[in-house]
Parts: sequence; C-alpha cells; structure tokens
Amino acid sequence: MQGKGTAVCLPADIDTDVVIAGRYLRTKDRSIWATHVFEDLDPSLAARLKGSVIVAGKNFGCGSSREQAAIAIREAGVVAIIAPSFARIFFRNAINIGLPLIESDLTCKEGSTVVFDLSQGWVETEGKRHTIRPLSPRMSEILTAGGLVEYWRAHR
Amino acid sequence: MSTLSERILGAAAGEYVDRKVDRAYAHDGTGVLALEAWNAMGGDRLGKDSDYYIQFDHIAPANNSTTATLQHELREFAKRSFMHFSDIGCGICHQLMSEGIVLPGEIVVGADSHSVTPGAFGAFATGVGATDMAAIWLTGETWFRVPESVGVNLTGRFTGAAEAKDLALTYVEKLGMDGATYRALEFVGESARNLSIDERLVLSNLSVEAGAKAGLFYADDVTVRYLKERGHDVAPQVPESCTYRQELDIDLADVVPLVAMPHRVDTVKPVEALAGLPLDQVFVGTCTNGRYSDLARFARLVKGRKVAVRTIVIPASAAILEKAIRTGVLADIAEAGCTLGTPGCGPCLGYHMGVLGEGEVCLSTANRNFKNRMGVGGEIYLGSVATAAASALKGEITSPEAA
Repeated sequence: MQGKGTAVCLPADIDTDVVIAGRYLRTKDRSIWATHVFEDLDPSLAARLKGSVIVAGKNFGCGSSREQAAIAIREAGVVAIIAPSFARIFFRNAINIGLPLIESDLTCKEGSTVVFDLSQGWVETEGKRHTIRPLSPRMSEILTAGGLVEYWRAHR
Repeated sequence: MSTLSERILGAAAGEYVDRKVDRAYAHDGTGVLALEAWNAMGGDRLGKDSDYYIQFDHIAPANNSTTATLQHELREFAKRSFMHFSDIGCGICHQLMSEGIVLPGEIVVGADSHSVTPGAFGAFATGVGATDMAAIWLTGETWFRVPESVGVNLTGRFTGAAEAKDLALTYVEKLGMDGATYRALEFVGESARNLSIDERLVLSNLSVEAGAKAGLFYADDVTVRYLKERGHDVAPQVPESCTYRQELDIDLADVVPLVAMPHRVDTVKPVEALAGLPLDQVFVGTCTNGRYSDLARFARLVKGRKVAVRTIVIPASAAILEKAIRTGVLADIAEAGCTLGTPGCGPCLGYHMGVLGEGEVCLSTANRNFKNRMGVGGEIYLGSVATAAASALKGEITSPEAA
C-alpha cells in the first residue's frame, strides 16, 4: 500500500477526547465528526486536513476507545498518521476502518510532502527515507482488505 | 516460566494468537457504532460459546431524543440477539462485570478503554473499539499480541489518609501515560495480597492511563472469598517465578494523597501543594471510585456536616446503591448536602449529570482529566475519595490529612 500527503505536525500524547470531543459522539452522522475533529486542539485544523499526512509525537490516540476518533480523522481526508508509537486501542481502531498508521520517528516539517510505501516498509520526506516498523501480518491483511468489516465480509 | 498474561493467553510474549473471548461487553456509547459495523458485516447470529453483554451506563438515562433513539435500537438488538442486557440504572459496565461475572483465567474484552478493570480477578481483560467488538459478536474470537509485562511489586502498608487511588496515581506518574503501552501490568508482592477487591479494581482500572493493555492481579484467597459470596467456586492462581520486561517497586508507606493536574493523569502533585485551590464542583463516583467502600468512606467523613461546594455522588451500580440505602450511607451523604445521581458514568465523559462550565474547576474521583473532557473550558483535578470528602467540606482542594 502506497500513499502521499502534505505533512500536518501534531504534538505527543494526542488523546481521543481532543480528537473528537464527547459532546459530538451521539450521532450516526459521520460528517459531524469530520467537521469537529481536533476542535479543542485547534478549531482551524479540520479544514486543513484533506490530503494530509499527520506526523505526530509518541502515544497518539491515547485514552478512550471511541472509534469515532479514527473515523473523524479519516472522514476529514487524512491519508495516514505517522508517529513513533500509538495507543493500542486507537491502533486497532484505525486499521479496522482502513486508516493506515505508520510507526516511525521522523522530524515533521509542516507542509512538506510525505510519501510512504507500507509493503516496502519506508516513508520519505524532505529527501530522507526512514524505515517503518512493519504491521503484524493480521493487521496488514485487515488494512489491505480496506478494514475489518470488509475483511470479515470476505472471510465468512 | 510465564507471566500471568502469558498463562491466560497460552503463548509467549510477542506472539500473535487468536483466542476465544469468554465474555464480551459493550455499552451504549460504543455499542451503537458496533451495531453499525455488525450490520455492515452482515451479522446475523452471535458467535458460539461466548457470553455477550450490553450495559447502558454512558448516557443513562438518555439526555435527549437523539440519544434515546440510538439507545432504543441497541436495546432492541441486545434483546433480539439474546445478549445479557443491563438497562439504565443498573450501573457501569466494568462494575457489573466485577460483581460475580468475570472469573479468574478468563479472557474478557470490553468495548471501552477501562475494560482493563476486571483484571483484578486474575482474568486477562482488555479494551477494544466498536468494529473489533462487532467482529467478536460475529466469531466469539479476536486476535491478540501477547504482551510483555511490567511487574508492579507492592510492599508495605498505607499510612495516613493515602488510599488505593493515590497508589494508582503514583504508578501512573512513575510509568508515564505511555510507559506501559502494548504491555500488561501485573500487580504482585505481599501487599498486593493484602488489598481488598475494591482496592484492586482501582489499580487495574487506572492501568490504561499508563497505556497498558491489561492490569492483572493473581486470584488469591481474597478473590476466592469474594467470588464464593457471589456463587462461584474458583481456585486461586499460584504465581510462578517469571521474567518481567520491567519492574516497579512501590512501598505503600511512601504513598501520599495526590491529585493529578489538568490535563494529564501522569502529572501529579501532593494534595497539600494545592491546598486552598477553590472548587466549583466535587464528583465522587465512576468505574474508579464509585464502589460501596468508597461511598461508605466518603459518608463517614462528611456525616453530620455540610459540603461547601456542589457535590455530586453517583454509585457505580444498583447493587451498590441498594446497599448504601440499606446501611444508611446514602442518608449520610444526602444529609451532608450532596446531589445523588443514577448509577452509571455520570459526568465523567462530559455528557450529562454534572458537566462543567467555562472556567469551572472540579475535583473528581474519576480516572481521566483530559482537556475539556467534562465540559468545554472546565478543569479537572483527579484525587481520592478521602481527598474529595475533605475538599467538598471546605469548597477548596484540601488534604484529607488536614481534615
């Protein structure tokens, strides 16, 4: 799986409350989540996410298990998230909805182009190539299928 | 020789395994999204040989008609598919699973991050999101990466007003909020065996605040007795010597009353250092500190006096509420001027029953103080039940040792 986007830099320890606040959770309308994503961090961020790759510090997605956090980010048009580590439930949630997560430690430059190839195991930005920690075989299968719903549709 | 996590999952740390889930639970928050995923997967029949639970606790009772409609769909689904269903007022999912349902050695998965809580019974209990839960409904199984474990070695006894919550904040501070990511915490040592089930539940509950996948105690005589009283005959788990990826030694005598500062659970200060900070609200309850022993301790401290700030007290389950009524604990709390809420999560997640206003400050016995969690612009300090009682009486952060 390959992808490309414009870097949006975020700090470490982004929690899922700040990704999508509890007050927006009770709906089935996913566009509401995309509109309010990261609102409590930076209200102007949601509008800048289309076609972006989020490059964050460690422990991205800590806290609540709310899958709406991963969905909100994907619905806002984010191509992938790169961080040195992810909170484990967020990790599973993102892969389960087909949003690529990349474990890699790279310096973020806002607006720079980020290119990645998950099957080859690298991410490139600012002319530098970084290796990435490979996904487990099962997570790769789920992501390749497009998410866990699609995975189980194919495996039943 | 294996860690308890390796024993229960039946494989060595680092391996990926597919395992049957003994008990799977979801609440009204995550269940709605899980039901959407289930429908999208073409789900028709629940996976065999697992027990499935849906508990309404997050917005209970429903706060508006949108929530009520979503809950109605999930309620009908739970009944139609013969899940164990607990409606509004029954209590918090983690507490209900801990009232004689989860047994030692089981694999338990909840669609909530605090599903680590029943690890206190020697079960491997962990949290997932909604789509993972839907797949468990479908198959009765899920995949795990067997975690490396951190051995948290507890010695000594509490002194002064320090309690399990202060110990939990102590280890979260030492590990940091991602210090145990992808790992399990295993609470061992002579003092682990001296802790009550309620105290163990507090320690297991906070393990996810250090990023842990699970927080386990070995089932021992205390566990056996607790479960016996609830109709189960179980055997204790005998610890083997094993290798922990990391060890953390804590002498309970060194633990002092602490508060976690907004907006991080791992940033703590001794309560004394914040003494005098004015409060707008005190909240006692949640899957961390809403158990009977918590309410009884709170009642003992406020009995015959009046709280000086609005104080919300919410029992974690109907069983706790009923016991607190029978023993007079609830009367003491009400007579002290506290507001009582329906068993459930209350305002912890910022939806109802005590949301904060802009600039308001709350001392809460919950487990999370992230920015805006309990309301936009509100600030959350986390502390123990004793700290909450002392602070409620003065209307400002107050050390329980000064009371």
